[in-house]
This record gives sequence, C-alpha cells and structure tokens, in this order.
Amino acid sequence: MAKSVMQEFTKGLWAEIPPFRLVLGLCPTLAVTKSFDNAVGMGLAVIFVLVFSNIFISLLRNLIPKQVRIACFIIVIATFVIIVELLMQAYAYPLFQQLGIFIPLIVVNCIPFGRAEAFAGKNKVLPSFADGLGMGIGYAISLITLSIFREILGNGSLTFPFIGYSIQNVLGSSFQPFTFLIQAPGAFMCLGLMLCIMNMLGKK
Amino acid sequence: MVKLFIVVTLFSAISGGLLAMVKSSTQERIELQQLTYVKGPAINQILKGCTNNPLEDRFKLKDGDREIDFFIGEFDGKRNTVAFENSGKGFGGAIGVMVAIDMEKNQIRGIGITTHSETPGVGSRVKTDPSFGRQFKGMSVGADFKVKAEGGDIDAVSGATVSSKGVSDTVVESVEIYKRLKDEIKNKVQD
Repeated sequence: MAKSVMQEFTKGLWAEIPPFRLVLGLCPTLAVTKSFDNAVGMGLAVIFVLVFSNIFISLLRNLIPKQVRIACFIIVIATFVIIVELLMQAYAYPLFQQLGIFIPLIVVNCIPFGRAEAFAGKNKVLPSFADGLGMGIGYAISLITLSIFREILGNGSLTFPFIGYSIQNVLGSSFQPFTFLIQAPGAFMCLGLMLCIMNMLGKK
Repeated sequence: MVKLFIVVTLFSAISGGLLAMVKSSTQERIELQQLTYVKGPAINQILKGCTNNPLEDRFKLKDGDREIDFFIGEFDGKRNTVAFENSGKGFGGAIGVMVAIDMEKNQIRGIGITTHSETPGVGSRVKTDPSFGRQFKGMSVGADFKVKAEGGDIDAVSGATVSSKGVSDTVVESVEIYKRLKDEIKNKVQD
C-alpha cells in the first residue's frame, strides 16, 4: 500500500494534523499560542526540526541498529533543535526571549520523535521529507489557528511576527477582552473546544 | 554488539562537531543580540543623556579570572562614567544588575536590572518600580548600599525583601570591583 509523496504530505495537513488528530505536542500548543507571533515562530522552528530530522533519519535508517534506534533518533533531533535555538538567538532574539524554554523542549515533544519512529525510520528519503514538511506545516497551522483565536478574543490585539507590529483593538475599542483566554486555563479550554470541533467535523 | 557502540559514538561525535561549528559561527552575533536586547535597555536607561554610544564604546577588563565588559558614558564632553554588569542571588535565581559609576564624583549615576527570574508582580518590582532603583542614584561609592533591615541605607521593595537584598548586595560587590580596578579602568577610558 504505497502512498504517493503528495499523499504523505497532505495527510499532515488534515487527516493526521498533529495536535488535533494525533494529539501530540500539546505542551507547546498550550503554552505558546498566547499570541500570533509566538505561534508562527514556534511553527517555523518545528517545521525546520521535523524536515531535517526526518531527512537524516531516513538517510541513516539502514545504518542504525534496531536496539539503539531511540538513542540515535534523539541525537539527530536534539542536534537540529539546538541549531534552531542558536540561529534564533542570533537572528531573532526577541522571539527567542518569548519562546524561551519551549524551543529546547521540542526535543522531548513527541512530534519529531513520533515521526522518526513511525515513519522516517522505515521509509525512503522523499516520502520522509514530505511527511516531515506536511506534519510541520500542519502543526504550524494548528498553533496559528489557536493563537489567532486566543489573542484576538483574549487580548483584543494581533501581533505580527518578525516586524514587531501589532494591531490593537481588532474588534473595536468597546470590546472587553476575555483575559482568561490568554492564561493557562484558557489554553486548555480552547484546545478542548478545538478538539471537539475537529471530532465533529471528522465524524462519519 | 560492537556495532551498537560504534554507531552511537559516531552519531554523538558528528553531532557534537556540527554543534560546535554552529555555536562558534553564531557566537559573535548572539553576543551582539544580547547586548542590544538585554544589556542595551538597561545601559541606555542609566546612562541617559550621554553624548556617545556606550554600546559601541566598550572595553573588557579582568577581575581575577572573570572578564567584565565596561561601557563608557560621555557626559559634558568628558568620558567620566563607566557602567558594568554584575550578578547576585535573588529569590528565584540570579539577578543581573548594571551599575553606572561617575568616576569624577565617585558616585553612582544609576543602576538597572538586566536579567532576573523573580516572581512576577512581587520580586520583579525591583526592576519595574523606578523608586527602588532611584535610591542608589547619587550615592557616594563609600556609602552603605545594604538594605535597611541589614543596617544600610536602602529601602527594600515591600514584600520583596530577598530580591531587594539581592540587588543591593550586588551593588555592594560591584562597587568593590570598581574600587579594585579603578586605576585600570581610568587608563582604559583615557585610551
């Protein structure tokens, strides 16, 4: 049952979209979706890590003995995570200050590891690349959706990534923001509602 | 069995080498970014009104085996102020304090907090409450910078005694460093 490269790519966007369908990588999903710019930054970091870790693990899959595959996967993933962290410090320091600990935590986040174990360790390079890119973009889309919802309703603003520009009072100045939504309990609530909507849409 | 060791060792070695490469090639830029985003705001705040750019006008000096960055502030056409960072122990971790010292009058021109991990809204007030930091302004380097609870002259932020003490102890230490290195600093500033 060999799927086409295109199918491997698109499954991450909807059918197996990481936080909502696979329900993986929830810790950063809850923590960084307070604002739009953080979500975009985190999404890009995860895309980078997933694409490269998938490519390299797939390239090296025949070299890695089965008994130590976990250790090897972790080394590959951790390497790319630290590269992202250093690059972010060098070129996007304010974003790094905002995301803080959640960048190094991509290592223990189950998405890159799950893809390595479930996909890249068993498939050729091209499908692995497509899988990594699709999953990464799917994850970024999920974060962005949640963050737009939370930032607009919870803070009334929308902060754009990299340029540092933010629109205040998106919903008009008479709108009283639900501050609750940008705090931790609000994150759980939004995620819960989102999962609920996704399940309703996916019901056959 | 041997293959396992070889593979894992090889993976670790290559990854280590790669990371060292990335680290050394980005190090300079990261330092620059930290200067702009972490130390920069504090320096600009305490050296307000200086006529040069202290972020570029800087030098390094060794105190024991520690290397400290000094930033020069020029006031009224004279390069008479130096600012440097030092860190001490707060409530939630290290607190970085930038202290600017006017070398002519031998007094503190201002202090600013660079990094901290104090409780938001409580200990963090040592950074956000301007009336705390302002107390140090104009004090002579011979003064007692300890908090009042310890017999000094500084009013602690209420509810944040440990954080306030952390800051004032750091200032005490910074002044000691300044006294120790005074001659070297003067030489460097004249260059």
